[in-house]
Amino acid sequence: MDRRSLLKAGLAAGTVAASGGIAAPAFSQGNARTLRFVPQSNLANFDPIWGTQYVVRNASAMVWDTLYGVNDQLVPQPQMVEGETVSADGLTWTFKLRAGLRFHDGEPVRAKDVVASITRWMPRDPMGQMVKAIQKELVAVDDTTFRWVLGSPYPKLKYALGKTNTPICFIMPERIATKFDSFTQITEYVGSGPMKFVKEAWVPGASAVFQKFDQYVPRSEPASWLAGGKRMLVDRVEWVVMPDPATAAAALQNGEVDWWENPISDLVPLMRRNRNIAVDIADPLGNIGSFRMNHLHKPFNSKKVRQAVLAAMSQEDYMRAIVGTDDALWKALPGFFTPGTPLYTEAGGDILKGDRNMDRAKRLLAEGGYNNEPVICIVAQDQPITKAQGDITADLLKRMGMNVDFVATDWGTTGQRRAMKNAPESGGWGMFHTWHAGADCVNPAAYNALRGTGQQAWFGWPESKGVEDGVTEWFSAPNVAAEKAAMDKINAAAIDDVVYAPTGFFLSYTAWRRNVSGIAKGPLPFFWGVGKA
Amino acid sequence: MFAYVVRRVLATIPVMAIVALFVFSLLYIAPGDPAAVIAGDQATPDDVERIRASLGLDRPYLVRFGAWVWDIMRGDLGVSIFTNLPVSTMIRQRIEPTLSLMVVTLILAVSIAVPMGVVAAWRQGTWIDRAVMAFAVLGFSVPVFVVGYVLAYFFALEWDLLPVQGYTPFARGFWPWLENLILPAIALGSVYIALIARITRATMLEVLQQDYIRTARAKGLNQGGILFLHALKNAAVPIITVIGIGIALLIGGAVVTESVFAIPGLGRLTVDAILRRDYPVIQGVVLLFSFVYVLVNLAIDLAYTLFDPRIRY
Repeated sequence: MDRRSLLKAGLAAGTVAASGGIAAPAFSQGNARTLRFVPQSNLANFDPIWGTQYVVRNASAMVWDTLYGVNDQLVPQPQMVEGETVSADGLTWTFKLRAGLRFHDGEPVRAKDVVASITRWMPRDPMGQMVKAIQKELVAVDDTTFRWVLGSPYPKLKYALGKTNTPICFIMPERIATKFDSFTQITEYVGSGPMKFVKEAWVPGASAVFQKFDQYVPRSEPASWLAGGKRMLVDRVEWVVMPDPATAAAALQNGEVDWWENPISDLVPLMRRNRNIAVDIADPLGNIGSFRMNHLHKPFNSKKVRQAVLAAMSQEDYMRAIVGTDDALWKALPGFFTPGTPLYTEAGGDILKGDRNMDRAKRLLAEGGYNNEPVICIVAQDQPITKAQGDITADLLKRMGMNVDFVATDWGTTGQRRAMKNAPESGGWGMFHTWHAGADCVNPAAYNALRGTGQQAWFGWPESKGVEDGVTEWFSAPNVAAEKAAMDKINAAAIDDVVYAPTGFFLSYTAWRRNVSGIAKGPLPFFWGVGKA
Repeated sequence: MFAYVVRRVLATIPVMAIVALFVFSLLYIAPGDPAAVIAGDQATPDDVERIRASLGLDRPYLVRFGAWVWDIMRGDLGVSIFTNLPVSTMIRQRIEPTLSLMVVTLILAVSIAVPMGVVAAWRQGTWIDRAVMAFAVLGFSVPVFVVGYVLAYFFALEWDLLPVQGYTPFARGFWPWLENLILPAIALGSVYIALIARITRATMLEVLQQDYIRTARAKGLNQGGILFLHALKNAAVPIITVIGIGIALLIGGAVVTESVFAIPGLGRLTVDAILRRDYPVIQGVVLLFSFVYVLVNLAIDLAYTLFDPRIRY
């Protein structure tokens, strides 16, 4: 008996009597069939199409299943489908669902559910929008077969249906998918995945509970990311939201939780010293830091001014500000794509390599016509990553001789202000900081932030013909070599036009109690295959 | 008395109306956009605009305010923009932990601080007095979150006596409920204890100089009776006032305490809602807090009559 049990036993005698004998049930944390998990943030909503936050995607992957799922080689594998046939011209795709699929309400998964789900997903997803634009027909042929007819070939269709980027094409019952459009939140959480969502136990901002779905039939292949057999080794997964990292660290050390998704790097040495805790890289695809300049207004409407910033910036400064002194957690990134992935390229990235050149930067500034216009630098202080980057940028711009107007604010305000196209002096902005999940940056498929479509582009509204030509070539590339050539072109053009400024590639840790096994590295926490002794 | 209570309760209506108008207007002019937060980082400006329209956030100020007031008059606090849950449900989910924390803190603080202040006044100038004052200075100076971390380190990690975080509903047993509240209550109560102890000491010092105390001593009453029955009762009014004011302090401190100890209470709900710009939740919680504060003030005013028979309403 440990000290706490002893104390409990001693006090229980008196307090139970005092409280009229109210019974105290056993804590679920002691149950080997319950996994207690601290997510990266609060599960504030639970609609994976309406809310595209990563935390929503991560929870949704337990509850809803996908037609395809990418594996750890980034190759889409059949998941809910048994297989597909494609016509010789590449325009007609016919899919067959595998047997045994069932929703949590007991209804079988039918082709009409799939059609409705895809239809709801398409308007919110960049790849979905591309497919929708060329779609001729999407129909259920019978209960287990559906057909998709396109106006032009789209070789990346399976990738679109199985990618890990948000929003994922999750399949839900037709009655739900048709009742709520893509911009309206669902109120019923019925999926066909390996876990059921316990709505009654959901306290947004505090906890969420998932219960094993006994009728789920996993595939026979071994699990690999979103692909393969999703076998649940625990009966219950409890998400415990902890806003304070120090509390999460203490709870993990104390055994009150089993797995902490993203410990901050400052606390990792503390946890490494605890022999009951394992720490490892969470996601080998990591993250790409960035700041975006406003291409519509002075001074960053000048390409040379943007290039001046690239010439002067030190990615090492940014990365150390984000991850500290742990060199295993970052690397320089002379480009925009995720290092270590098959199509990674550094083409055209020379300006970000080698010693930083402040003289060249000042020369470019002068050539770009910079005339001491104020740079409104928006920095969200409530996000440690944006705050760290913002501090470095402000210092960099001052050293370059630029006139910095540092706007310290929160992420909610940043989200609003960055959408404003007004001139900086009329409520607009000059630059803001953010970061992108490496899984979103392995290719141009869902990489909105890299697009150069001007007024239609992501915030900052860069215009780059070279990038857009490269993206078009990538989507129609017949083989890997052609894809690689297109990626080289995109990277070089994006550097030249400075679509945005990459501040480096960084990784993060995940930590768990050693009595937990089967935790896989990947872009999201996968709960299948995770056991607890 | 009854008429006074009725008048005071009715007076809450204009107060609540002013609070409602103030909160709504403040949120309307404050920067930030829930639609942008919902849409996520990959969303296009068009996506954000469509979500804003679907939430009704593109409607004019007066239309939105009118709709909100109309809903409140029908007892409907609205629906959270993010969770799609009724605000009343979210408040109901969170009210027990916050109420529990405040009650335990209040009991703990009053039961520690009042005797401390009384003893310090009784032993004025001795080491006991100086120790109590030193504790009070410490309590004021050390932030709640620091006290929380130190307590969690020793009592949970080092000595394994209490849990680090979380909340167990009272319905699951008294000890599991209390176990989760002891450390947060001490952390949250530290400032409160310091405040009440100082006020108690100061008020008692004044009362102990009164003639009737000298008379009581001359009559041979024991020291405990003099201090706690005669002196403390006459010193009670300012102490009760401070306890009442301190409830506002507790509401503010609960935000930090609930974060440090991962207690799913109203404080965290408020902060989360503010960071996400979940307007209906912010408005609902602020209305609730202001209503509670008005009621607490009423309760304090009524409590005066128990301790000072000269006060009549």
